[in-house]
Amino acid sequence: MTAALEQPLLQVRGVTKHYGARLGCGDVSFDLWPGEVMGIVGESGSGKSTLLSCLAGHLPPDAGEVRFDVDGSLRDTLQLTEPERRRLHRTDWAFVHQHARDGLRMGVSAGGNVGERLMAIGARNYGEIRSQAADWLNRVEIAAERMDDRPTAFSGGMQQRLQIARNLVTGPRLVFMDEPTGGLDVSVQARLLDLLRGLVREMGLSAIIVTHDLAVVRLLADRLMVMKDGRVVEQGLTDQVLDDPQHGYTQLLVSSVLQV
Amino acid sequence: MDDCVGESDKAMIDCEGVTKRFTLHNQGGTVIEVLSRADVQVAPGECVALTGASGAGKSTLIRMIHGNYLVEEGRITVGGVQVSGADARTVLRLRRETLGYVSQFLRVVPRVPAIDIVAEPLLTAGWHADAARAHAAGLLTRLNVPERLWGLGPSTFSGGEQQRVNIARGFARNYPALLLDEPTASLDATNRDVVLSLIREAKARGAAILGIFHDENARSQVCDRVVDVSAFRPVAT
Ligand SMILES: Nc1ncnc2c1ncn2[C@@H]1O[C@H](COP(=O)(O)OP(=O)(O)O)[C@@H](O)[C@H]1O
Ligand SMILES: Nc1ncnc2c1ncn2[C@@H]1O[C@H](COP(=O)(O)OP(=O)(O)O)[C@@H](O)[C@H]1O
Ligand SMILES: [Mg+2]
Ligand SMILES: [Mg+2]
Repeated sequence: MTAALEQPLLQVRGVTKHYGARLGCGDVSFDLWPGEVMGIVGESGSGKSTLLSCLAGHLPPDAGEVRFDVDGSLRDTLQLTEPERRRLHRTDWAFVHQHARDGLRMGVSAGGNVGERLMAIGARNYGEIRSQAADWLNRVEIAAERMDDRPTAFSGGMQQRLQIARNLVTGPRLVFMDEPTGGLDVSVQARLLDLLRGLVREMGLSAIIVTHDLAVVRLLADRLMVMKDGRVVEQGLTDQVLDDPQHGYTQLLVSSVLQV
Repeated sequence: MDDCVGESDKAMIDCEGVTKRFTLHNQGGTVIEVLSRADVQVAPGECVALTGASGAGKSTLIRMIHGNYLVEEGRITVGGVQVSGADARTVLRLRRETLGYVSQFLRVVPRVPAIDIVAEPLLTAGWHADAARAHAAGLLTRLNVPERLWGLGPSTFSGGEQQRVNIARGFARNYPALLLDEPTASLDATNRDVVLSLIREAKARGAAILGIFHDENARSQVCDRVVDVSAFRPVAT
């Protein structure tokens, strides 16, 4: 059976993080398989960002393990050598922040923002870097003539699309996104979601998307995890969790929105 | 059929002793008992209709087979793959490879054109974009969806137009198992006949079909058997 050869891309076991006495997230476990998009939902303060930061190596968990497929074996990401860690962050992983300014270099041109990621993984040919950057700006619907403009001159939606281009240009295997459509107008959100949907399918991306918006996960996520007070209350197939929620909190969450 | 064991061995869609209840935690823990020990088998090439009064649990059973609702007790398999208790990944793979579903209403993805909605299952299955769109166009033509609508998102379409897009999507792939929830409900006679032809063709190539048909005439034209879900009504306690 080929199934025996398959293994998760990311394996999370018992991840826990406290801020002093306060629980950030507690005892979170799941497997993410290649090509899967997982959504994490929950109200503000439920621990979504804390969990995502622990998974992405931005915040050391107090307990638990985050294992990632490195050359076919699942490795504890906290135990990697420095070069392995660098490779993970520069090539295999990408992180899309809620606020584009946290994920962009605001003093560098749009083309530079994308090209920089390529140079970080060793690209040296200026012409090639520029043409790849142009290609990616085009894919995220940023006009070629804006290539030399700085992101400060861009609208919120454009900045977010630029951040996505900067993150995806290196062909990551796993993308973390924290409220990628938060703070944008509804119509701008819709366009960004279309774009993400298309990219996820074309590139076969695996992703973990944190959001408080159930419509976003309905559109983008195969699987869903519901958090409350730092704990996972329920997880499963997205449409199953939304249509047949088992936990009272999820039922409340689903019934509070008009129609998703 | 020589014996029952042989029959259930051959079932493409197999529900055994399936029980479903909903617990409404925010409404005083009210428990709605919907189905108790439902048994339904559908063999390849067979079309079985679910009947029963509104609210009897027909859609609920279809949704459990699709993995959209959880199974409380009992066992559901499709093509030998266990759906009840399966993880998300197993259900997703089953939907990708084996199990098609035409829901009662199209769930519109904002701004995605009708033709892409129909082509999507083909793209997911690895079809080339042009081939997928050509195939989708063929189905939309057959279902009399005017070409001027293909490039538009269906949110503004009439109920019947939306349903035909939904049907085209459901029939885009030659799934070995197919679930249909009132596929002909909002269609005129011409389009209803197209759907019935699609069902006959699917049966002819060996698909196992389980459907809900509000229209008795449509049901009698394509269904080999009827299962009345009222038989699985839980006994009041
Ligand atoms: N840097 C921090 N210092 C102290 N407490 C924090 C910090 N960041 C988050 N928290 C607390 O941890 C909990 C989870 O927060 P967070 O992960 O930001 O939730 P979410 O992203 O779901 O809104 C909250 O109670 C929050 O107040
Ligand atoms: N997600 C759900 N949550 C709670 N109750 C539900 C849900 N889905 C269906 N039901 C209930 O289950 C019963 C059967 O519904 P349904 O399967 O839609 O019936 P039918 O398709 O036979 O008309 C109804 O009482 C309905 O209200
Ligand atoms: Mg947050
Ligand atoms: Mg129904």
